[in-house]
Amino acid sequence: MGEKKYAWTFPHVKGTMSTANLMRMVLAALLPAAVFGVFHFGPEALAHMLVCVVTCMLTEFVFEAFADRPLAVTDCSAAVTGLLLALMLPVGAPLWLGIIGSVFAVAVVKMAFGGIGKNRLNPALCGYCLLLWLFSDIMRDYSFGDFGAETLLGQLLQGETVDPLPMILGNTNGGIGQTSSLAILAGALLLLAFGVIRLRIPAAAAVSFVLTLFLFGGRGFDQLWLTTQICGGGFLLGIWFMAVDCVTSPINRQGQVLYGLLIGVLAAALRLRGIEEAIVYAILVGNMAVPLIEKITVPRAFGQRRLVKVHNDKNSGTA
Amino acid sequence: MAHVTFKGGVYPHKRKRFTREKTLEEYLPKGDLVYPLLQHIGGMAVPVVEPGERVLEGQLIARASGDISAPVHASVSGIVRSIESRLTVSGKKIPSIVVENDGAYEKYPAEEIGPWKELEPGERLRRIRDAGVVGMGGAGFPTHVKLAVRNPKRIRYVIVNGTECEPYMTGDYRRMVEEPEHLVEGLEIVLGFFERAVGILALEDNKRDAITALQLAVREEPRMEVRVFETKYPQGAERMLIYSVSGMEIDSTQLPADAGCIVLNVETVCAIRQALVEGRPLIQRAVTVTGKALKNPRNLLVRLGTSFAELPEAAGGFAREPRKFVCGGPMRGTALPDLDVPVVKTSTGLLCMSKDYLFKPSACIRCGSCAEVCPIHLLPARLAELASQDKEEEFRHMHGMECLGCGSCSYVCPARRALAPAIQGMRKSLLAQGKR
Repeated sequence: MGEKKYAWTFPHVKGTMSTANLMRMVLAALLPAAVFGVFHFGPEALAHMLVCVVTCMLTEFVFEAFADRPLAVTDCSAAVTGLLLALMLPVGAPLWLGIIGSVFAVAVVKMAFGGIGKNRLNPALCGYCLLLWLFSDIMRDYSFGDFGAETLLGQLLQGETVDPLPMILGNTNGGIGQTSSLAILAGALLLLAFGVIRLRIPAAAAVSFVLTLFLFGGRGFDQLWLTTQICGGGFLLGIWFMAVDCVTSPINRQGQVLYGLLIGVLAAALRLRGIEEAIVYAILVGNMAVPLIEKITVPRAFGQRRLVKVHNDKNSGTA
Repeated sequence: MAHVTFKGGVYPHKRKRFTREKTLEEYLPKGDLVYPLLQHIGGMAVPVVEPGERVLEGQLIARASGDISAPVHASVSGIVRSIESRLTVSGKKIPSIVVENDGAYEKYPAEEIGPWKELEPGERLRRIRDAGVVGMGGAGFPTHVKLAVRNPKRIRYVIVNGTECEPYMTGDYRRMVEEPEHLVEGLEIVLGFFERAVGILALEDNKRDAITALQLAVREEPRMEVRVFETKYPQGAERMLIYSVSGMEIDSTQLPADAGCIVLNVETVCAIRQALVEGRPLIQRAVTVTGKALKNPRNLLVRLGTSFAELPEAAGGFAREPRKFVCGGPMRGTALPDLDVPVVKTSTGLLCMSKDYLFKPSACIRCGSCAEVCPIHLLPARLAELASQDKEEEFRHMHGMECLGCGSCSYVCPARRALAPAIQGMRKSLLAQGKR
């Protein structure tokens, strides 16, 4: 057995979860929203998704091939980025828009920082932001069929009262995968069932979002208004699929709760300022705060007394 | 079943079915026997025999040196061939006594001892020490030192660790099923040192037959109880088990006694009983010889010093080509590149794997799974990164020195990163420098 290669180090068995599996599970969880999008908006929606997914994967492949990095494109993380980006686009946008967003998301936001795991910001959200700033007319034009350019959330933010039912069922205009709260929640349940995400971040974000609106919204506990705030726009897709992006969220439990709370508060504050894409900015700011959050939430080790603040040689003594 | 348990941990496949129904059978060694002088934590034992001398089964061949040390006994009768450095499981060469087995198994006359209850506690401790008993679950800490706590009245729990949370391993399980009365007797001896303590037989809930057998055995014992915990790795880690039993958390610098606990492995308790009831030293232990590569996996009672290389043959030989040998369980065991190393007091099993998984690591995606399962609530991904950058200060600030080395983080890591070995490597090098 002399020259056989050994995996020397313990443990000698491993769990079944791999990065690629994780990403495939996320893709599977996005299916309800994607399928509903195609069903609702028609084949153009599918075209957007295909373009974004293919562009993202190609960009990563080209980048890895030329930069002589190990090929990690097969882990499907680029596909997740592409699909998420497509689900945020308005269906009427030209296809090249998705290409620009995808290339930026993968090449600049992800690969330039060192590839998967190294990026500080969520690539899909950054891609979306870029498009929003460069092509705000196209990106804000949600007209489709009988629906006008303005979404229900837009009307809501202008002070109108809107019916939450279309938001929940998805029978309205908006981003391709954002209209149906039910489809997104179905995907969220899948994520939880697969064990890909934990409840902490979305729950913390939702709680602080509602609480902030309740305290500072000036409408008190107006259930209809709060429901439409939650179901409108990209809030649900954001907290269930983008805030939980593991690469750009804190690694420890307390940090995750704090991060979720921060996102919820920011999203509510921006919504109250009348900004429709509140959740996008909230999550990106949350992403930027991650290093700080992780610094102030170093978990207490098992058996360590709670008052250990500066861990130096002094407090290694026994009780 | 819901039980109090620690936070974190993993659920690897148990794979105990290979050997769980196989009774413990004695295996007689064929080749030479090798007795490393260091099979325990502490000072190296000092040989008291010369090459060429004839020794008998159970005869002292190396005495303990210093307070924290343990003697070594011959497990067969035969001629001492040499005293030389031999490869051991750890991969290090350690001075060892090599004995040529004459096949007679002539026993060294056992010391006449009356009932152990008539002995002074100090005398009982001395006999446990002289029998060479050490922690047989893997740590190898001399048992007489563990039992000699400063204030015996503060000990509230004597925990017999029968959790055997490592996959594949079934030696402790068989002991509990086959000799529950021996275990109870051994525990009674230990409880004799600690008048206020309760004896806890701790098991995982997948060991039903053992639970039944032990519950039956402790029916008449007012000071003992069987406690059943969730089947989860690393339930059997000392600090985790103490928490499960008593709710007390201890850090890596504290001793179980600080939490009022004494934790002893099943095999160790059997060795204690043997020392005081039969007056025989520790020369044999249960070893699970298992794995998919073997035709007939078994639980064997192996004489210490037997070469691991003999064991696959004793288990029916190979059914498939073995790809990897592991001493101990697959979670925390040591890979053996060379099987010709001796079975020692801390060897729980030999695992012959038919597949050698080569885990190719990819980039960390910060998924936090490692933090989720870490029983010590550390951030293994971060610690491994700090270890690779040699950042001592931060490593210690993030409690890296508290790592158990259970390997749960590596087990779950979707990027297949070797987190635990990296953290343990850093921890050990810092400990070696005397930094904490």
